[in-house]
Amino acid sequence: MKGATLSVGFMPLVDAAPLIVAQDMGFAAEEGIALELRRAPSWSSLRDMLSFGQVDAAHMLSPVPIAAALGLGGAGAPLSAVSVLSVNGNVIGVSRALEQRLRDAGHGFDFADAGAAGRALIAVAGDRLRIGVPFPFSMHAELVVYWLSALGYAVPTRVDIRTMPPPLMAEAIAAGEIDAFCVGEPWGSKAVENGVGALLLPVSAIWAFSPEKVLAVRSDWAETEASLTGRLIRAVWRAGRWLADPDSRVLAAELLSRPEHLDLAPDILDRALSGRLVISSRGEERAVPGFVEFHKGAAGFPWRSQAEWIGRHMATRLGRDPEAAARAARSVFRSDLYRAALAGTAADLPGASSKVEGALMADSPVSSPRGSLILGRDQFFDGRVFEPLAE
Amino acid sequence: MLRVQHFSGVPDIISIIVVEADKDRATQIVDSLRAAGECEIRIIAEPTALARQIQDMQPDVVLIDIENPSRDTLEELALASGPMERPVAMFVDRSEAGLSTAAIEAGVSAYVVDGLRPDRLKPILDAAIARFRMFQRMRKELSETKRALEERKVIDRAKGMIMKARGVGEDEAYAILRKAAMDQGKRLADVAQALVTAAGLLL
Repeated sequence: MKGATLSVGFMPLVDAAPLIVAQDMGFAAEEGIALELRRAPSWSSLRDMLSFGQVDAAHMLSPVPIAAALGLGGAGAPLSAVSVLSVNGNVIGVSRALEQRLRDAGHGFDFADAGAAGRALIAVAGDRLRIGVPFPFSMHAELVVYWLSALGYAVPTRVDIRTMPPPLMAEAIAAGEIDAFCVGEPWGSKAVENGVGALLLPVSAIWAFSPEKVLAVRSDWAETEASLTGRLIRAVWRAGRWLADPDSRVLAAELLSRPEHLDLAPDILDRALSGRLVISSRGEERAVPGFVEFHKGAAGFPWRSQAEWIGRHMATRLGRDPEAAARAARSVFRSDLYRAALAGTAADLPGASSKVEGALMADSPVSSPRGSLILGRDQFFDGRVFEPLAE
Repeated sequence: MLRVQHFSGVPDIISIIVVEADKDRATQIVDSLRAAGECEIRIIAEPTALARQIQDMQPDVVLIDIENPSRDTLEELALASGPMERPVAMFVDRSEAGLSTAAIEAGVSAYVVDGLRPDRLKPILDAAIARFRMFQRMRKELSETKRALEERKVIDRAKGMIMKARGVGEDEAYAILRKAAMDQGKRLADVAQALVTAAGLLL
């Protein structure tokens, strides 16, 4: 097989791991490709690098390709999500001042109950809450709005959603520009480490199985470079499987900590990978099983219904037609390409490409060719379920 | 009537905001933009509350370094939809892909208010692209120089270690290092770094 080098952009986050591991652990090489990893300074830059062909593929916030399909932001090149790279993995944190008010009001920082934590936060927040998210089109923004609206806290009249690049989140909360944040690891832990914030919830407490990052390519590239697309999907799938093995954790943290990748101490990165987070300056630790998933429960499968959920919520929030947005969104998550790439591998994929989101109260077996697939719990904290369009 | 006035009138002066913390660079950008045509330019050095400042000033174009992480904050402007707010989009429009690609390669991002005619924008972007290319070259040269200096230091340390361990002079120590590099087909600096790192572990 002739070797080909693909340039792949990423943001310095723990959930860039499948791409970094695919290259450094040789899973890309097994597919006869090499990944030239390029760290991007911001999500908008990364999206534009992809749109204009500076990179072939990118680690991307799952709503970004959907926003592009809706004509929101960017240069308009159609993007495809050919795999989910990670499920969950973000945290919600508050400033030290809010932390103190929450403690005074008797909140125990259980890091689990989104309803209780949300009500406690609303009670102490006053008239206005400023929450930093990394990007206007992100699961962070969607889940924060979903969570607070469901609890009756008006968005946007009482909540300011502000965009802050992840590496600047700790600085922004220290400078008093925001009261709270929702950010991917390790940047929440970094705020705790710097003594400027405390962690209130993992986002998995709001939606137990949310598609966080995707592997994005230009839609025309996916067609003209079908073979490379397939190899890339397989390399990333194997990397995800490797990452899911607890024995890989220490090495994964080391790889991610390298200067050219995240350039942060491995022990901070290990918190997300192990699901044991230090949530406050008091050193309180909380365990979150499945804090970030790269493999389990067909984590990589780009469900059309996940895309619809994102499209519908984004459109509602921005005053667009939700029905049209759901239709546009579902075509962005390419379960067809994912299936084609993994046919003939050990991967067991679901029989359907769309599912009711939020209906699984516990890990449940699902129909699949090998019959070995178990999907993870995917409940929303308020118990709502999301019905996708008919396939 | 209104339409005729709009299209036949003397075009308004284009207002530009440049996001740049470095004073010298900002001045240079301003100079090259002025040379490109009549425009009103303001500089924002402080990245905090960037979106709000830009909304207050209502510029036609925002220029920002692609390496600037605060660029994401500007994306909020693309969502502006209130009656008094004008939509802001990244780059001119989709037909100007060539210009956009050139800008991205040069490291400049331009946020452009919807409705600004491409022919009015082009000279501005061309000037910005030329200036940013120069900065990019300078940045590269600076990092190359820094790297060369760092490597020099590491090689000197490795040389010192060899001199001490084997009781040889400076020239011979250098020769040993160079031979090791040639035998292994590696760069001298990399071999020196390996030695320094390994020695650090043994101490």
